[in-house]
Amino acid sequence: MLAFRMSSAPTNSTPNPTAPPDAKLRDESASASASRTWQRVQLARHPRRPHSLDYIERLFSNFEELHGDRAFGDDAAIIAGLADFGGLPVAVVAQQKGRDTKQKLHRNFGMPKPEGYRKALRVMKLASKFGLPLISLVDTPGAYPGIDAEERGQAEAIAVNLREMSRLRCPVITVVIGEGGSGGALAMGVGNHNAMLENATYSVISPESCAAIIYRDAKKAQLAAEALKMTAPELLALQLIDDVVAEPGEGAHSDWDAAAGLLRGHLTKVVGELRGRTAEQLIHQRQEKYRRIASFFEEAGA
Amino acid sequence: MSWFSRPKSKVKPLPEEQSERVVRTEGLWFKCDECNEILWKKVFEENLSVCPKCGHHYQISARQRVDLLLDEGWVEQDTNLVSNDPLHFTDSKTYKSRLRMMQEKTGIRDAVICASGKMHGQPVELCSMELQFIGGSMGSVVGEKLARAAERALKGGHPLVVVSASGGARMQEGMVSLMQLAKISSMLATLDDARIPFISILTNPTTGGVTASFAMLGDLNIGEPKALIGFAGPRVIEQTIRQKLPEGFQRAEFLLEHGFLDAVVTRHELKRYVARSLRRLLNKPAPAPEPAAPATA
Ligand SMILES: [Zn+2]
Repeated sequence: MLAFRMSSAPTNSTPNPTAPPDAKLRDESASASASRTWQRVQLARHPRRPHSLDYIERLFSNFEELHGDRAFGDDAAIIAGLADFGGLPVAVVAQQKGRDTKQKLHRNFGMPKPEGYRKALRVMKLASKFGLPLISLVDTPGAYPGIDAEERGQAEAIAVNLREMSRLRCPVITVVIGEGGSGGALAMGVGNHNAMLENATYSVISPESCAAIIYRDAKKAQLAAEALKMTAPELLALQLIDDVVAEPGEGAHSDWDAAAGLLRGHLTKVVGELRGRTAEQLIHQRQEKYRRIASFFEEAGA
Repeated sequence: MSWFSRPKSKVKPLPEEQSERVVRTEGLWFKCDECNEILWKKVFEENLSVCPKCGHHYQISARQRVDLLLDEGWVEQDTNLVSNDPLHFTDSKTYKSRLRMMQEKTGIRDAVICASGKMHGQPVELCSMELQFIGGSMGSVVGEKLARAAERALKGGHPLVVVSASGGARMQEGMVSLMQLAKISSMLATLDDARIPFISILTNPTTGGVTASFAMLGDLNIGEPKALIGFAGPRVIEQTIRQKLPEGFQRAEFLLEHGFLDAVVTRHELKRYVARSLRRLLNKPAPAPEPAAPATA
């Protein structure tokens, strides 16, 4: 039997003091956290969980979608556009899953192709050019792994987004609302402020794929999910995200309006904090954060 | 030359090639698995581990790569950084014991060697990934070492060259590993803003998060012949689309054809090519006379 540490926080990091004082995120005993992790993986993929468009229609007035990457096509797995948030203009980029079979196919199960990432970048650069706050909603099982995506440079598209997001001249606010699937999620997740909804997940590899590699058994995904530390409270404790946004009741699926209301509160606060800063301050804060993020090494003796 | 006695590629080869991928290493002889030529091991090694008959490029170690690309007298940097196992990860063994095992096997503390040196006299920062160290995967140490190399390049005002050989992110470091992609890409934005040249060399194999970050962000992206380069691994794609992949898919020549590499350059030409490119990017005049290129293998 493999032993797993269930603690949600490593000893060398402290919780982010700006996190909400939500006791239920912190007081998870070891055994409770084990089953809670898997619950969260399932909640993040819940068939009734609100998707990006469900939040967009509740949070923004007159969202107007902007289509296409100006080079190849218009990827329905990513939505981009301009909107008003509390009366102020913002740019929005978001990954979109489908709900019924037809929509799922149309949205490619929320798995973007290179033209999707390039469309998102095009709108991010509009935000940068005109100083609009950029709000990015992340919800993808991962970037699409297919022949066409490789032919059109999936890796290059993601890489360029990572580099360019780090130097956008506007406030960049990202929220993982469901599944944060590895590089395909990160390609829209490099911000001044990065949050996750309480039951969202964010992982370098799906727990099923991880289990197939380390236990040679995809059915042991639950063990892998715990080992990967992919839930919002765990990633906050590792200081890999900046905040956790609470969800209503049993989870966001139980009350879409309430979930959107909590997200609105979060975005209002963060947009308010970042709006007054100059482009140089925003870039500096973002790049300094990423220079220091995820530093888990020590100096060995010679 | 520990890589030589364990030549089985970690990356699954293309389906057509699966049957005969094992390089035979009995005694002093070496059989090329591409063309079946039997060669003196010594001849093969002196030819930079490139088959003299068919030109197939076999993997070489990170250290051999540094020796190949830099003039004598290079200095290794940041040799003592080790991962502190942020996730307390355990699979068939603990991550800590896996790290120790890999350190003993490769003689380095993590999957990249960083060196300050010169390339035909031009000062450069060179990072060379070690595929034999947990598949060349990128965790916190690789991210930090690359970031420090970029900082040295920025401070010294000289170019950065990274040789990739990697399966991507390191699963055992989970999201800590993923965040290294953003860390390095952000550093490369700073380097780009400062107009410091960055050349990325992609060798067999370069996949996953490494391709989807710094390896694709060079001012020049250079591939070695037939190197496997991609975002998703071939097996993952086959499982997703449930069909065989076309021949040559995700090889360097395929990426060249689709517009994602500037050039495919043989190992024998590589140093000369990179040094000359750097000189031009630095807007320096040609030395007279510039050495002529030898015939390619
Ligand atoms: Zn051969």
